[in-house]
Amino acid sequence: MKALLALLKDYWGVLRRPSVHYSLGFLTLVGFISGIIFWGGFNTALEVTNTEEFCTSCHEMRDNVFVELKDTIHYSNRSGVRATCPDCHVPHKWTDKIARKMQASKEVWGKIFGTINTREKFLAHRRELAEHEWKRLKANDSLECRNCHNFDYMDFTKQGKRATQMHSTALASGEATCIDCHKGIAHKLPDMSGVPGW
Amino acid sequence: MSYRLLPLMLLAVFGLAVASDLNYPLDAPAPDSRRAGGTISESLPAPELSVTENKDLKRERNYPEQPPTIPHSIRGYHLDKNSNKCLSCHSRANSERSQAPMISITHYMDRDGQPLAAVSPRRYFCNQCHVTQKNAPTLVENNFETIDQLLEKQAAEAAKKP
Repeated sequence: MKALLALLKDYWGVLRRPSVHYSLGFLTLVGFISGIIFWGGFNTALEVTNTEEFCTSCHEMRDNVFVELKDTIHYSNRSGVRATCPDCHVPHKWTDKIARKMQASKEVWGKIFGTINTREKFLAHRRELAEHEWKRLKANDSLECRNCHNFDYMDFTKQGKRATQMHSTALASGEATCIDCHKGIAHKLPDMSGVPGW
Repeated sequence: MSYRLLPLMLLAVFGLAVASDLNYPLDAPAPDSRRAGGTISESLPAPELSVTENKDLKRERNYPEQPPTIPHSIRGYHLDKNSNKCLSCHSRANSERSQAPMISITHYMDRDGQPLAAVSPRRYFCNQCHVTQKNAPTLVENNFETIDQLLEKQAAEAAKKP
């Protein structure tokens, strides 16, 4: 313990003292360059985890939720604009994204310990997992939906009668958000007993 | 003759039949199915896809017991043992919020006519009876006449007689 304290004290001394061998300019430049490398590396790694290839590289995602997505309008449609996993499940803004990524570290734990590594286990957990996503989207006012579906530019005259009625009242007043009605639009639903409105 | 030679004999006969070019009628008319026309060996282009009607306007029922047709698109609606998207608007409890027609009271009864608290399991799968409609040519000809048409016809005939 004493030795460790002494060692730490030594290092503290080194850090405190001005540099003897290297110039301030050199240190600043090295700091700047390594900053770019570290930050760039971090961001690149982060972006890699934000791709569909990364998500579907695990069989849990590829064989369950990704298969279900393929049947929906968010995967295949007339105009060919499509949503990938992170479009709906990861916020676009940096701070929100980092917060979400930190939460998602729990998924690494789940992967390592095989929480949903079989179809049966996945189905048993489906309600819980779905509720996490509903809660998240409810809390952020369906932020990920709104990244593409902007309320301000919705043309009610182009919508169906029922859609117009709901969007112009409940959604417009902020009383309801997208996820309140549009559950199960990209994946199959769990047992919905007890879910309000279902 | 040994039976072991029989398969060989059959093969030989078949080979001869093929070699002598019996000209099988591959251009025979195809079965008169939903896609009429063409021959057996011919593949016809698929008919054009039609769009589901989405007008939200009630259609007339041809007879009182007819399950009403669905006047809107139901693409992507989940209807399985986990959830029923139809009921999220058409159930008793949800029809006020959605202003959609409530499903018939008979759907809340068991087969003995006893009222139930929730939709009867035998009525749960809506699209067993209720279907969307498409603006497409009919696949099978249908000359169904409603009771009104029959009565009108009868009245017209009765008026003609004397």
